Amino acid sequence: MAKIDVSVETNDQPTPPPSHPNTCPSCHSHYRDDELEKSQWVCEQCGHHFPMRARARIASLADPGSFAEEATELHSADPLGFFDLRPYTERLAQAEMETGLADAMVIGRAAIEKRQCELAVMDFAFMGGSMGSVVGEKFSRACDSAAEAKMPLVAVTSSGGARMQEGILALMQLPKTVAAVEDLHDSGQALLCVMAHPTTGGVLASFATLGDIVLAEPNALMSFAGPRVVQEITKEKLPDDFGRAEQNLRYGQIDAIVPRPELRPTLSRLLRLFDAPN
Amino acid sequence: MPPTEHELRLRERLGRLRNLPLLGGARISGELERLQRQIERIGEEATDEEIWRKVELARDEDRPYTLDYVERLFDDWFELHGDRALGDDGAMIAGLGKLDGRTVVLVGQQKGRDVHERASRRFGMPNPEGYRKAWHAMELADRHGFPVVTLVDTPGAYPGVFAEQHGQGAAIARSQSIMARLKVPIVACVIGEGGSGGAIAIALADRVLMQENAIYSVISPEGCAAILWRDAGQKKKAAAAFRPDAVHCRELGVIDEVVSEPVGGAHIDPDLAARLLGQALRESLAELDGIPGDDLRRRRRARFRSLGVFA
Repeated sequence: MAKIDVSVETNDQPTPPPSHPNTCPSCHSHYRDDELEKSQWVCEQCGHHFPMRARARIASLADPGSFAEEATELHSADPLGFFDLRPYTERLAQAEMETGLADAMVIGRAAIEKRQCELAVMDFAFMGGSMGSVVGEKFSRACDSAAEAKMPLVAVTSSGGARMQEGILALMQLPKTVAAVEDLHDSGQALLCVMAHPTTGGVLASFATLGDIVLAEPNALMSFAGPRVVQEITKEKLPDDFGRAEQNLRYGQIDAIVPRPELRPTLSRLLRLFDAPN
Repeated sequence: MPPTEHELRLRERLGRLRNLPLLGGARISGELERLQRQIERIGEEATDEEIWRKVELARDEDRPYTLDYVERLFDDWFELHGDRALGDDGAMIAGLGKLDGRTVVLVGQQKGRDVHERASRRFGMPNPEGYRKAWHAMELADRHGFPVVTLVDTPGAYPGVFAEQHGQGAAIARSQSIMARLKVPIVACVIGEGGSGGAIAIALADRVLMQENAIYSVISPEGCAAILWRDAGQKKKAAAAFRPDAVHCRELGVIDEVVSEPVGGAHIDPDLAARLLGQALRESLAELDGIPGDDLRRRRRARFRSLGVFA
């Protein structure tokens, strides 16, 4: 008698239509804004980590009132006069209006449980957290700022990769941020990286993986090429947790997976460990 | 001449941009000027077809690859196969050879000529083993004071399950990090396709050259078209929008020098192409001679840290 492989059939079901951003895609629990804010955008039923905006991330990590933002004046230019279906300048203006941010990264001085550090936090809501000249420059300045003040740099990443609209200059942000990390390391300071969902492409292939410590949030996608590209090119069946934090931990690519509620105490402990003896 | 469709669209966008509510610091007024200039320039620029021709030349199946240049430029060539960890990646070549009597370490991606070689070299798309092979060779160069020459020719790093499991992103990052630490001269030349992260992984050099018909880009025209135009068929438009050609890369300060090719492209006369490339490599290495290692490294980092345009 022929058996029907139910698991295959379930896997082939079309993905349901996108639901409300406050509905957990994993267990379908629904939350009010204030409930999510209180739980640091983690589903209290199943532990799913919702995307976290840069300002909220800073508020959740830094001691109240300790964050002093730097390089606020930097805005993206349009070096190529790039024009796809819409001009890049229009996309930038729209992203700025929707997010209230100048670009996809916020940097500044902060204290985490009274330990001083420099913070560089990415925001996926600003053009998919893509890295163009401004993100590269801000990260580069954060490295210098940390080196000068003799304190570690904590970077929280969330990015789809390099920003195509800046062409080859976007690719040049990879060596730029790598060179900045090397200068930071030469100054004797540590880089602590936390990868949030998703950290892919150019950000993964530059500063994000060069941390002295590399942490990831549960289930964060951290792959150089996206799952769809890999599937298309190789025609291989992808493992269920392809490119996810758990797979990266299993293959020795990262140091630890840290759930969001434990991130602040974890970073505080690491900052203590990297503290100079005096 | 009647306005083209592109020009009409630009003008329409310009009108709309003028009416956008201005945010503090959004610098839209500067962009208005830029758009205006762009409209004025339209008649003079290389056409989409001309730029696309460069893409085709860079990918030409008869174009000389890394080993074709090695054969013509290096004496006593000895290939280093091992990454000392996991495997021998055919998409990445590393080795030692004499260039004008001086030992040089060469690293470069390698595409294949026939069907079998193409498959075994994965069309020049390295796995993490390939990048590890490159680190190993570059660290050897640093220990012994040999200059490093890299030849870039890849559509990109290989997007495979195994590659991701073994840390493709981290391998590319680490490769750049090693190049940012070397105290020996590094000269890189893009000889075909300079495809994204897979290319920059071996291109963080003191002097970056590019052959006349090579391309250097953040994403393939097809990939860009598929994402931004939602239609891979718009590849010519995408290429024209980000202009991956050598002249444009030179204008942006991404590369230092354009290396001439025989008329019609490097594949027309590989021997002449090799002589021209060899000449450019020698001149660049001579310029870097005698600079102390610490200075080389500081300048190299400063060069890349200065790249980017913002308001």
